Amino acid sequence: MSENGAKPKFAMYWAAACGGCEIAVLNIHEKILDVDANFDVVFWPVAMDAKYKDVEAMPDESITLCLFNGAIRNSENEEMAHLLRRKSKILVAFGSCACEGCIPALANLTTPEAIFEAAYAGPTTDDGHDIRPQPEWAAPEGIMLHLPKFYRVVKTLDQVVPVDYTMPGCPPESHQIGAVVDLVIKALHGEADLPPAGAVIGAGGSTVCDECKRARNEKKINRFVRIQHVKPDPALCLLEQGILCSGPATRSGCTALCPAAGAPCVGCYGPAEGVLDYGARLMSAVASVIDSTQPEEIERILDGIPDPAGSFYRFNLGGSLLRAGKPAWSKQ
Amino acid sequence: MTSPANLPEERIGVYVCHCGSNIAGTVDVEDVAQWAAGRLKHRGVVIARDYKFMCSSLGQEMIEKDIKELGLTRVVVAACSPHLHENTFRTACKRAGLNPYLCELVSIREQVSWVHTDKVAATEKSKAVVSGGVERVLWHEPLEPLRVPIHPATLIVGGGIAGIQAALEIADGGSPVYIVEREPSIGGHMAQFDKTFPTLDCAACILTPRMVSVGTHPNITMLTWSEVTKVDGYVGNFTVTVCKKARYVNTDLCNGCAVCQDKCPKKIVDEVFEAGLGYRKAIYTPFAQAVPKFPVIDRENCTYFQKGTCRACEKFCPTGAIDFNQQDETITLQVGNIILATGYDLFDPRRIPHYGYGRLANVFTSLEFERLSNAAGPTNGKIVLRDGVTEPKSVGIIHCVGSRDRNYNNYCSVICCMQGLKFAHLVKERTGATVFNFYIDMRTAAKAYDEFYQRVLEEGTLFIRGRVAEVTDAARLHGEEGKLIIQVEDTLASKQRRIPVDMVILSAGLQPRRDAKAVAKLFGISCSADGWYIEKHPKLDPVATMTEGIFIAGCVQGPKDIPSTVVQGAAAAARVLGRIQQKEIALEPVRASINQDRCSGCRICNNLCPYSAILFHEDRMVSEVNPALCQGCGTCVAACPAGAISGTGFSNEQILAQLEGLLMLNLDGDGRMPVKVREAVAI
Repeated sequence: MSENGAKPKFAMYWAAACGGCEIAVLNIHEKILDVDANFDVVFWPVAMDAKYKDVEAMPDESITLCLFNGAIRNSENEEMAHLLRRKSKILVAFGSCACEGCIPALANLTTPEAIFEAAYAGPTTDDGHDIRPQPEWAAPEGIMLHLPKFYRVVKTLDQVVPVDYTMPGCPPESHQIGAVVDLVIKALHGEADLPPAGAVIGAGGSTVCDECKRARNEKKINRFVRIQHVKPDPALCLLEQGILCSGPATRSGCTALCPAAGAPCVGCYGPAEGVLDYGARLMSAVASVIDSTQPEEIERILDGIPDPAGSFYRFNLGGSLLRAGKPAWSKQ
Repeated sequence: MTSPANLPEERIGVYVCHCGSNIAGTVDVEDVAQWAAGRLKHRGVVIARDYKFMCSSLGQEMIEKDIKELGLTRVVVAACSPHLHENTFRTACKRAGLNPYLCELVSIREQVSWVHTDKVAATEKSKAVVSGGVERVLWHEPLEPLRVPIHPATLIVGGGIAGIQAALEIADGGSPVYIVEREPSIGGHMAQFDKTFPTLDCAACILTPRMVSVGTHPNITMLTWSEVTKVDGYVGNFTVTVCKKARYVNTDLCNGCAVCQDKCPKKIVDEVFEAGLGYRKAIYTPFAQAVPKFPVIDRENCTYFQKGTCRACEKFCPTGAIDFNQQDETITLQVGNIILATGYDLFDPRRIPHYGYGRLANVFTSLEFERLSNAAGPTNGKIVLRDGVTEPKSVGIIHCVGSRDRNYNNYCSVICCMQGLKFAHLVKERTGATVFNFYIDMRTAAKAYDEFYQRVLEEGTLFIRGRVAEVTDAARLHGEEGKLIIQVEDTLASKQRRIPVDMVILSAGLQPRRDAKAVAKLFGISCSADGWYIEKHPKLDPVATMTEGIFIAGCVQGPKDIPSTVVQGAAAAARVLGRIQQKEIALEPVRASINQDRCSGCRICNNLCPYSAILFHEDRMVSEVNPALCQGCGTCVAACPAGAISGTGFSNEQILAQLEGLLMLNLDGDGRMPVKVREAVAI
């Protein structure tokens, strides 16, 4: 416990995220009571009312543990990242968005203009006035209204502030969250050591295949099929059946839930230890087991993968070496 | 990625080579050296020099002196391709007490001066290349070569003249040799020939003594009628599985009397040795001087095996050597080195339908003509038409059939010109017929070859320069009836000609064996796009391959004549004998290795290794690289989705650091120090 007898402080924040990480934390069931028993929850927008000014008023490093989920999509996200970094002892990039950009970062393949076009003028939304979000707007009442600035490129948390730990997963599995909570509590009681700074926590050290029960052979792929078009062999490696499974490239820790259920791994636990560019790794691996030497046939086999960028970089584009496609970088 | 912790302590020397004017003609080498000395100080460079020839003794001594006097801990040489002088500079470092793998050779010749003309841009690019080398060498680690013992035995695959020569050289040198041959006898194509150009020696007369020597040599074990089915292991320690096909003849009892061959009632066209012109029996030796002398029973054509009765050979065999119950045998051999001398196939002229082979009876292939002119051949050396009796009065010999032709093979088959000349001489000598040779260019470049050409010219053979358009039996003009008409553009006379002849000989080119690719895969070596096996260096290492311990000799490497084939057989043997003498070999320590904790056994890498160096442990579900088999090619390193495989000398850190060095900002410099992109740009 802290020196004045008060409980250590806990915060959780969402930036550009879907809310799934919050649900995953609540999904640790009764262990959430341990969190409550051991921590003073000072800031958690999804669970309790709080204002940013309350956080600003806290002394620096007064929050012991802050789980930060969501990517850095706009200036508000970045401001909160800086603020919570300043106020927290341990800042955890929690979940795939904070760690590597996840789905929000797929927007990096295109321009903000195109995104707004799709969101505000597409077939589902037509306000009839061609209005777009404005960072600043002088209201007729005489006040200046401000909205966060929309960035051209979605960033990961560690691209804007230093991060103590990263915890991958979309969302992180509840049993892993539970284990991390247990560990932090033990560490607070002096019963365990925290992992070295910069470590990936709540995940394994190898890849999903390590936890997958399916039988594996030498790989030779002569066609790719989509899961909805076939009835996969329940016991055989999905990749060998031509289903693009990201298991070989994806960090272990999820207990291979998807392949066990008959669905291919989509890669939400991110790159394996030491891998700098998940998509490039997965692509070169898959390309190397294409069972043909004829350029036209290879082309045909690869055409079986719809949306390669979205398949290979689904969770990792923001954290990859490329980070974004050319349109996102270019200033129109 | 973070920089190595020891960065400030490293002391790097940079050496920029002029390579005469090879580099200095396009790159301002003095500027590059001065720039590196001044502007890469903060990256650890303590000295940078340029020199006319870094690879010279004086250049090497310069590096050695600096290592000793300035305490260099890393060396970057900007010169030619690492293929040429990496070893030179590594050895220089070693002499000065620096681990040779702490030296990096970056190419500013092949990759800069030879491919650019703009001197300013080439100089700037050279700086980037040097910067890449400096960043990379910071991540180098001292490495030690792997030493493996060499098993003294050698496997030679193919019993043609290349294999025979290699076998005799090694056996005479005192080391054991296994020679594996697919056919019932050794001898290869040379045994089928009558005369050899340019001296017109009888092929059998010069070949068969060698064959006998192989058969009787105490150090040689012959495995004919056998094929290699599996190769495991690595240089010095190969385990080779050979399938010894059942001969159905007990070789301990057989005395080679050939009574069985006389008595066998089943006659079959011999498509292999007699090139389809003659017959053999179902029990046969391909030719009289076959080594070994023991016949084989061709199961597919043997009446007993097909119908269950006959056994004539068994009845008449005086020694009771026939054994219908023999089974194929699998033999395992331990060898240290392997020489592949599997030869060539003749180009199949059926692929050129307008030359009429297979359709027009009196169009012959070169191999058919060899048998026709061979005194031991089906016509006892009489040169006659397909009817077996009529002597031709005029003969057309067409060169470059299937060679130097973009429809078939682009390459020159080397032997066809001399072969065509030899045929012209033999036809003239034996029949007195008028002979026309149709050639594109006459290529008679080796010793005494052109003299032979002159001789054939003087004998009255007519030479027409031009690629033959067509061989036809459709007579159009008077005098063409019943003849084969050769339609050709005579490019010297600039006119179309139709030349009627009785016989056409197609001087067909050489092709890789039809199973060359499969055999290359079996032994873990590479083929060119044509299918010839690729030597380690086209000039300086022509009989070695990129796979340690596997050598090539003869036509398997590319078309060549008998003298060159023999030279390669001997050369491969010399390389092998050298290895055996050393008793052990130091292998490049550039190897892949798999981090067992990170490997999840996904098996992506398992069948990618061209050297079969990766094995999968079913029990632990992890893959492992056999370091002695690995050649450090990096295929698996790139393919591993988990990043569990790393290559020494080519780690991710080294490659990315080199990229960062190449892409540094301010390389061209206006006073600012070069800086890494990610340190300079906030994204």
